[in-house]
Formats: sequence, structure tokens, C-alpha cells
Amino acid sequence: MKKLLATAVATAALSGLASAQTVNLTGAGATFPFPILAKYFDEYAKLTDGKVRVNYQSIGSGGGQRQFIEQTVHFGASDNPFNDQQMADIRKNTGSAALNIPFVLGAVVPTYNLPGLTKPLNFSGEVLADIFLGNIKTWNDPAIAKLNPDVKLPPLPITVTHRSDGSGTTFVWTDYLSKVSPEWAQKVGRGNSVDWKAPNKVGARGNEGVAGVVRQTPGAIGYNEVTYAVQNKIAYGAVQNKAGRFVLADLPSIAAAANVPLPGDARISLTNTAAPDGYPVASFSYLLVYEKLDANKAFKSEAEARAFVELLKWMVTDGQKFNEPLTYGRLPSVAQQRALALIARITYQGKPLGKDIVGR
Amino acid sequence: MQAPLARLKRPSALYRMLGDRVFVVVVTLLALGIVALSLGLGYYLYLGGAQAIERFGFWGFLTGTTWDPALKEEFGAWPYLVGTLLTSFCALFLSLFPAIAAAIYAAEYAPKWLVGIINYLVDLMAAVPSVVYGIWGIFVLAPFLRENLFLPAYLWTAEHAPGILPYLGNPSGYGFFTAVVILASMIIPYTTALARDAISLVPQAQREAAYALGATRWEVMRLAMLPYARGGILAGVILALGRALGETMAVAMVIGNTNIMLKLLGIPLLYPLFGPATTMPSVIALEFKEAVTDIHLSSLIALGFYLFLVAFVVNLLASYLINVFKVGGQRA
Repeated sequence: MKKLLATAVATAALSGLASAQTVNLTGAGATFPFPILAKYFDEYAKLTDGKVRVNYQSIGSGGGQRQFIEQTVHFGASDNPFNDQQMADIRKNTGSAALNIPFVLGAVVPTYNLPGLTKPLNFSGEVLADIFLGNIKTWNDPAIAKLNPDVKLPPLPITVTHRSDGSGTTFVWTDYLSKVSPEWAQKVGRGNSVDWKAPNKVGARGNEGVAGVVRQTPGAIGYNEVTYAVQNKIAYGAVQNKAGRFVLADLPSIAAAANVPLPGDARISLTNTAAPDGYPVASFSYLLVYEKLDANKAFKSEAEARAFVELLKWMVTDGQKFNEPLTYGRLPSVAQQRALALIARITYQGKPLGKDIVGR
Repeated sequence: MQAPLARLKRPSALYRMLGDRVFVVVVTLLALGIVALSLGLGYYLYLGGAQAIERFGFWGFLTGTTWDPALKEEFGAWPYLVGTLLTSFCALFLSLFPAIAAAIYAAEYAPKWLVGIINYLVDLMAAVPSVVYGIWGIFVLAPFLRENLFLPAYLWTAEHAPGILPYLGNPSGYGFFTAVVILASMIIPYTTALARDAISLVPQAQREAAYALGATRWEVMRLAMLPYARGGILAGVILALGRALGETMAVAMVIGNTNIMLKLLGIPLLYPLFGPATTMPSVIALEFKEAVTDIHLSSLIALGFYLFLVAFVVNLLASYLINVFKVGGQRA
């Protein structure tokens, strides 16, 4: 079956090319999905006998959006979709809408260093916001104790650890805190970098920096991508979701977070999800693509455009099987249908490439 | 003198006419190229940061203490500027005496076999990439300082003088003092190498004259050698300072990156000794990649422009100092 699929995709990709020449695509953007993107592109190059090669530079979500707008790349990748203003600007400047195509699910977890604990701590959104605002200063605070009745919490002072580099992880984390805490929304807000308010804070560079500080500092709390926390065996807590359940981030609970009604353009913040068994600090990563591929100066030929659409379709369908082995959530079927519907809108010089390829 | 010259082949007429002039033109162009490059760098940094400088004003941006990319989109360079200057000068101060002592030992006291080893290790220290210093800082130095210096000092102060606790700050290990120690160990090789060379360049006659007057070894060093070598030593110090001002990665990894300052006479002037601080290069490196809004990006480039100005002023002062200190007639 796998082999059959492989041949089918390979021939499909080949048929899109007038000659047997190779297609080189370039993308740039988020660092968080880089491992899974590298896996996709590696597997896809194998499938197509090296005919379609993708060069992806993980320069960060902000950089990916910028390069996409400047049209130096075929596609961008970003942890957060374009906002309304950016969407309108792109449409005005290029005559083409931008598509935000979800392809992977990630989650951010509260990591901490409390010696002697045997099971994960429970957190609620308000308590996390109060900790990161500096309102809760020690671990034996009644607010934390109330959520963890059978845990003996030490009187250690809390050291708040945050990403000092701009990061999509920070965006997801602050987006969640903004939704659950009015005080947070008013004082700090959401963004790739924010003005952290806690007086007992330490900024560290990158996932590895935050993890390093948390691991070296008894009493520290930070936030990390769940993949990073799992691979590095850092303790992380469960977070209470909208339905009131304490959910520990794992592949099923992350996928469940996306089981909510999605808007037509898939631009949605999944944080504080209404899904009853969903983990509340989850988010899609997006591929940024022009709806009219010819509006993107990076595309030089129809063959390139065709190969690219084939690749997109493969990533949100067959490629998804590579997500979970690398501890990324795979798209639930609703999100997958939405992604395919978005891909179907892609055109090149008026030709409905997307519809042809997705409908086949 | 005449004989060897006569043996040379007589150069062509064209060479004799143009040789010198071509050389002068080439050298002048290259030298002007460097001038143009540095001015152009400053100009384009200004252009990139113009949006931020226009919005907040030249002095407004310089003295602003808020850095909020998310909610208010308000930016100010002051905490970063002060952090850069404080960490650099403290690191310079901390590194100066060990570096010069090492140079004196290597140049005058050490047996020959040891000199080779010392020189090799000094060069090696200079060649270690800063990210390696940073990792060592996160995983070795910061926990070590926390356990052996910060926590004991913090606890002692909490008991005996709780009033000055805010000046010590959070003793997590990631902060101002750790960054200063990392910076100092990174710049020691620069000062040491140049000071060593300057000391060994002191003419033998100078040394022998001092000995002949009955000076002890220490007196020879203090009265005859160091004054003669001070221009070169100062040059090493300035090179080290330049490196400290611009050092990015190692500092960014251990400094804690926080722009909350302590007030001195109502003006935010200090960082807590153990608590987190921040510098200009580190915030540029950390936030540039994910700066999405134009004003955020422009503010980061403007920060680069101010760093350029700081480096300019510091170098100007430095060359003035070298001129003051150099031994009469000797080019430092």
C-alpha cells in the first residue's frame, strides 16, 4: 500500500513536470516545525526520486512572514497566522490573498523544577497568569495548593523564566494567558516578545535556554514546547481547560484541542479551547502561501507551481503520518479538510491548479 | 651601501614614473574605503532606525525605559545602554589585574617551557567561540556562582542587612555578575596578549640600566618596564573593551535579559548585582529574528545605531588616552 501510494504520488508529481527537470523550492520561517518540515521534504524528495527538492531556512516566524511578503521565497511558515491587517495589506499590494494552511499541531507546557515531586502539578489559567505576573511569589501559595490538595509544596520562591528571544512559543503562551486573565491582557498582552512584568523573572535564549535555567534552578517555572520538554525529560504540569478538566499535554489531547469549529480561512487561535478533552495551550503551525501563485515573484513557471501544490497536498495528507513519531500533533480530520479546501483555492495564471490536484 | 643597489636590475622608465603614484592612489583608495564603510554603516543604521528615532525622538529613545513590543509598542534604549556600559567596564576592571599579572609573568618570570604553554593557552582562550562560553556559563558557571557566592551572600544579607537586598537581586545565577565574569574571562586573552608583547618589546638597555642602578626585580618592572610598555598595554585594554561592548551571544545566554533597573537618586542607573540585566547587542540578537511589527524592527536597528555611536565615542576617548599615556617619541 505504502509503495503503491509512493508510486502514485511520484507519477503525479512527474506528470506535472513538462520535462524530467528538477524543481527547487525555497521556504523560510518558524523554527518550531523545522524538524518535521525537514522530515517531510526529505521523504518527499525520496518519493519523487529527487525531482522536488525543498530548501527550508528556519529563520523564525517573523522572518518567514517578512520573506513571504517580500516574495523571496515560495512559501513561508509561521507559528501564528497573518492578522487581519496583514491579510488586507497583502491583498492590496499583490492582488492575491494569502492562505494560512495549518499542517501541524504543537503545544506549550509549563515546565518547573521542584525537587521531590512525583506527579505532575495542576495549574489553572489564572494561577499561571498570576505566577507570570509576579502576583504569586512562592510555591506554597494557597492558590497553587488549592489545585494540588495532595501535594506537599515547598516554601521555595518562584523564579519566572521566559524566552528572551522573540518566539512563536511566547506568542502561544501569552495568547493563552491573555484569554484567561484580564489583568494579563491589560498589562502585558500577546506577542512574540512581550514586556514581562514579574520582578522575579529571568530571560533565557531559546527553548534550550529556558529548559537549562529551569533545570538548574530549584523553584523555577518556565514554558517550553511540549516536544522539547518530553525529549529533555523536564517535569511539566497539567493545565485546567475551559471545561474544567486538568489536561496533561500529549498527542491525543493536543489533537483534541483542534476539534472545534474552524473558520473558513483556518486562522484561529486554539488556546483556551472549548473542546472538553483538549489541552488549552495548543496551536497550529501554518504554511503561508499566495492564493494566486503567479502573484509571488518567486514562482517562475507553471511546473514549479504544480510541483508545489502537489507537495502541499502531500504534506497535509500522507505526510501527516510523520508527525506523531516526531511528537507533533497530526491534523484532526476537520482541520485536514479545511487545509485541503484552502489548497484547492490555489491558482496559477488563472488555472485552477489547486482544484485539479486536490480533486484528483 | 652602494654595492648591493648597483647589482639590482635598473627598473623601467614607466615604473620609475608611475610606481610611487600608483601605490599612493591604491593605498589612499583603500584607506578611504574604510572611512566610507564605517560612515555608510552608521548612515544605514540611522536610516533603518529612523522610524523609531522620529517617533520617540533622539533623546526620548535614548532615555526611554520601556520596551514593550506587544501592548503599547513603546521602546526606549536606556536600560540596554546602561547595561552595555556597566557590564563592559566591570568586566574590564575585573580582567585587568589578572591579565596584566599573567602578561608580566609570561614576559619576565616564567621559565621558557612554561611561557610556551601559557601563550598557547591564552591564544586558545581567544579562539573559543562565544557560544561555547555561553553554554559553559549556563551549565557550569551560573550554578557554581549561585551555590558558592550568590546564595551564601544573599542569605547572609537577608539576616544582617535586609535593606540592601534589592541591590543584590534574585540570586538565580543568571544575571549581571555572571555576565561580567563570563565577559572578563573572554577578554583576558586580548589584554594579556598585547600587554605581553608590549612588555617584551621594552629595550634590553632599559632593563639593564635599571638593574645597574640597584633596582629590585619588582622595581625594574614598576619603574622601568611598565611605564615604557603602558601604551601597548592600553591598546590591549581598548581592544578588550571593544570586544566586551560588542559581545553578544555569551552575554545573552547568561545575563537573564531583563530591563528592570534600580534607581539611584531617582534615576534608573544600576542593575542588581546578582539579578538579571540586559545589553544592547543581546537584545538585538534575541529579538531581531521574530520582530514582526515595523516599529519593533526599527527600534532594534536604532539600538544598533546607538551602539555604533557608543563604540565611536569610546574609541575616540581611547585614542585620546593612548596619546596621553604613550612614552615620549614612542608610537603606542
